[in-house]
Amino acid sequence: MIPVCRLEDLPLGGSVRLDLDPPITVFHADGGLYAVDDTCTHQDASLSDGWLEGCLIECPLHAASFDLRTGEPQCLPARRPLRTHRVSVEEGTVWLSPAEEPAREKGDAA
Amino acid sequence: MRTVTVVGASLAGLHAARALRSQGFEGHLRIVGAEHHLPYDRPPLTKGYLTGAVTAEHLALTDAQDEAELQPEWLLGARATALDLGERSVVLADGRRLRSDGVVLATGAAAVPLRGTQFLGVHTLRTLEDAASLRAELREGQARVVVVGAGFIGAEVASSCASLGHRVTVVEAGAHPLASQLGEEIGALCAGLHADHGVTLISGVGVAELHGKDGAGSSAGQRVSWVELTDGRQLPADIVVVGIGARPATAWLLDSGLPLSDGVVCDAGGVTEVPQVVAVGDVARSAGRREEHWTHAMAQPAVAVRNLLAGTTVAGYETPPYFWSDQYGARIQFAGRRHAGDTVRLVEGSPSDRSFAAVYEHEGVRTAAVAMNRPRPFAHLRRELGRPAGTVPA
Ligand SMILES: Cc1cc2nc3c(=O)[nH]c(=O)nc-3n(C[C@H](O)[C@H](O)[C@H](O)COP(=O)(O)OP(=O)(O)OC[C@H]3O[C@@H](n4cnc5c(N)ncnc54)[C@H](O)[C@@H]3O)c2cc1C
Ligand code: FES
Repeated sequence: MIPVCRLEDLPLGGSVRLDLDPPITVFHADGGLYAVDDTCTHQDASLSDGWLEGCLIECPLHAASFDLRTGEPQCLPARRPLRTHRVSVEEGTVWLSPAEEPAREKGDAA
Repeated sequence: MRTVTVVGASLAGLHAARALRSQGFEGHLRIVGAEHHLPYDRPPLTKGYLTGAVTAEHLALTDAQDEAELQPEWLLGARATALDLGERSVVLADGRRLRSDGVVLATGAAAVPLRGTQFLGVHTLRTLEDAASLRAELREGQARVVVVGAGFIGAEVASSCASLGHRVTVVEAGAHPLASQLGEEIGALCAGLHADHGVTLISGVGVAELHGKDGAGSSAGQRVSWVELTDGRQLPADIVVVGIGARPATAWLLDSGLPLSDGVVCDAGGVTEVPQVVAVGDVARSAGRREEHWTHAMAQPAVAVRNLLAGTTVAGYETPPYFWSDQYGARIQFAGRRHAGDTVRLVEGSPSDRSFAAVYEHEGVRTAAVAMNRPRPFAHLRRELGRPAGTVPA
């Protein structure tokens, strides 16, 4: 598990990007805390710069949107899901457990 | 509708095909494309593909899922030469006549060449082959590259060439680079990126002539050697890249009877004079405007297809234009429709840091937004533009 930040430092609507390989972002959305791969599955854009609405994050480059709960894309141009990761809070600290499955290779047919 | 033919197998044609299936079209779907490739993505051609960060395989826009869902009949390497509206047929170069109940025109645009230049070493950039031949020359060792045109294509090529270690000069005939897209103020800011990265920008001067090793004139088989500017200056050049714009690919429609005017004339919903024929992407002049941007070519076909299947215009494509450009490590984003004379107001950041977001305003009303390396505030500004006037941002 990786410590992310203090819970009070991640207000509703906020996000924290962790510079892992590949990078992962933790979002504080309406339904709680969610962690997904930070790089859009379409091309090269950081979802931590995206637009958060409800449980959806919209990519800042071509506006594909993803459901943070499942990682599933909701519209084109993205067609592949984001990896999702487990987040927990213990004594006011936000923790991330990165998924075991490897990230897919970038840039496949999108 | 039993058979629909999509002419043009690129971004807009593919998205028209996807929209046809997702909107319930179950008939025969044909996609005709002059290129030999399945649809591929063009934006990386000036960027990662030139620098070597991505390879041709990574440009593919289709995958196995498309084959399964679209069940298309691909006619690749096949050029349409006419549209016979009386017979409802698309005519191919080899004489085949494809009878169709509906036709989607998605033939895009082609790069404008510099007049009378056949010299080796002179390139335009629109297709994968164009990019591959430029990329191959860029790998032969350090070169003096002259880029003609400081628009987005020219600027991105200059940036990629500079990052590969070539000596690059950009020549722009207009006095204010990118002014038509971004206005003078922001255009000048973006054009400032060239100098930041050691690339010389010469603006307000045109190209008079290209010269080969043995002089100007007959250029066949000869390699380019220098570029003569209209003010008499001479720029030595091993490679010349011409980025002076694109023209809609409508020559094949000249005899069709469809109105053409810098594109296929259609309404806001992409519907031409003939309800069974719609136009999508770069080739469409919708409600008096033609867009040459990726996002439009991706999203507008769904609206045109909806109208095609309805047999009449039931919806228009209303999303404000949006484009991005990646150059010199900076991401420029623009959305909306600015007018000449709009005032520019900085919203966030600082131009000197090459990181800012700004809006364009006309009599106090916001018309467009622009950002450099500021995706987050830009996303916010872009969304506000999409909202009908008078609604309150959440
Ligand atoms: C190098 C490059 C970089 C770009 N970068 C960006 C960017 O960073 N951001 C951005 O917003 N936009 C960018 N664009 C613009 C974007 O790629 C285009 O808007 C988009 O490709 C338009 O798609 P389209 O399908 O309408 O047309 P096109 O992509 O032009 O495709 C048209 C297809 O139709 C085929 N065709 C033409 N005539 C015929 C015929 N008679 N019969 C059969 N087939 C025919 C052509 O061969 C071609 O394959 C870039 C474009 C280029 C060329
Ligand atoms: S990079 Fe995210 S939608 Fe294209």
